[in-house]
Amino acid sequence: MMDHLMALGWILIKILAITIPLILAVAFLTLAERRVIGAMQVRIGPNRVGPWGLFQPFADVIKLLMKEVILPAKSNRFLFVLAPMLTLIPALVAWAVIPFEEGMVLAQIDAGLLYVLALTSVGVYGVIIAGWASNSKYAFLGAMRSAAQIVSYEIAMGFALVGVLVAAGSLNLTEIVLGQQGGIWNWYFIPLFPLFIIYFISGVAETNRAPFDVAEGESEIVAGFHVEYSGAAFALFFLGEYANMILISLLAALMFMGGWLSPLEAVPGIEGTFLAAPSIVWLLLKTMFFLFLFLWFRATFPRYRYDQIMRLGWKVFIPITIVWILVVALFVVKQWLWWAP
Amino acid sequence: MLAEYFPVLIFLGVATGLSIVLLLVGAILGPNKSSDDKMAPYECGFEAFEDARMKFDVRYYLVAILFIIFDLEIAFLFPWAVVLDKTGMVGLIAMTIFLTILVIGFIYEWKKGALEWE
Repeated sequence: MMDHLMALGWILIKILAITIPLILAVAFLTLAERRVIGAMQVRIGPNRVGPWGLFQPFADVIKLLMKEVILPAKSNRFLFVLAPMLTLIPALVAWAVIPFEEGMVLAQIDAGLLYVLALTSVGVYGVIIAGWASNSKYAFLGAMRSAAQIVSYEIAMGFALVGVLVAAGSLNLTEIVLGQQGGIWNWYFIPLFPLFIIYFISGVAETNRAPFDVAEGESEIVAGFHVEYSGAAFALFFLGEYANMILISLLAALMFMGGWLSPLEAVPGIEGTFLAAPSIVWLLLKTMFFLFLFLWFRATFPRYRYDQIMRLGWKVFIPITIVWILVVALFVVKQWLWWAP
Repeated sequence: MLAEYFPVLIFLGVATGLSIVLLLVGAILGPNKSSDDKMAPYECGFEAFEDARMKFDVRYYLVAILFIIFDLEIAFLFPWAVVLDKTGMVGLIAMTIFLTILVIGFIYEWKKGALEWE
């Protein structure tokens, strides 16, 4: 009995050790977003609350929680409250299988990648239920666009993941990273380059970020599916969206950029030093690089038109991924594993 | 085997609890002054003049159906990809045939205009 309680407590500690840094990361990502985009537009960005504006996210959170949660009169109340929860819960639970270093993972399950794909698919329910339950035209239109866009890019992303599986021969994320050992030339982004690009662009589209943010195109349908949400309910959507952005970036680092492996692993002269050693620091640096790309895209690209988005997803990405899966599969079958360690 | 999934179940509980707590904190800390105009659906200042649950474009429905087909396809590819180094050329040829059938269907829907969004 005591042992079971100990084990349970240990699991809870691990879960908090993932959730709390994740929520802090979301908070500071919002600050980074405003500062980076500010700098790109030759503005300063928020810098008043605390040194360099570091306390700005906390001020934002307190303000959001102090606001009234409005339940529109015509809405379906139960679904209206359920929708933000359905967005946040999968966005958090998907982190259960993410390894941060060898052995540093909450649930070491062999179907890790399938689990991540399944949970990121559940997120679309939150969007579509929110749009329906709000009983507002903007919310409804936004939810329709957003859901169609998310499921379209889900396919391209799924095919890209299959490419990784073919190369790695495993669904377990730890084994996928360990299959890339032996220096930067063994990382999967080289043999899987088209899939890598497609994965990341699909990730941007999947999280409804610029330049694929027609779902919330503020100049036409205000805020899309969450236009009727305020206060804490809106905060849940926001938290879910940003947690998903970080997840997409981290997965890109794990699957294509060697995860926690050092890029300097095979450089002569520094073997055995900390620069060549695998470390969580490398993983976080790579994740931050991808997150920076998200912000950079938002500051520089004009918004895509909806028909262009659907054309890119269905008519460009899906054919490329199918062809490249067969190419990689041929490499594996013929044992031309020039990327393997 | 299933024991490895136990932390996932706990995480599910923690995440559900967290989202309920956040909503409750918002409901307790926030004001609660209801008025007809505030509770009305937002329509840029206009009064909402018809129900929002209107007809929508059938293409959204079409995308959802196509998604189910392709997503099942991906689910088929997952186990194939994991054991490819054991099944070898036979596995590759079998999957090529399977993907060819899929691609024929894909070309058909493309030519039919199911993917057009003017």
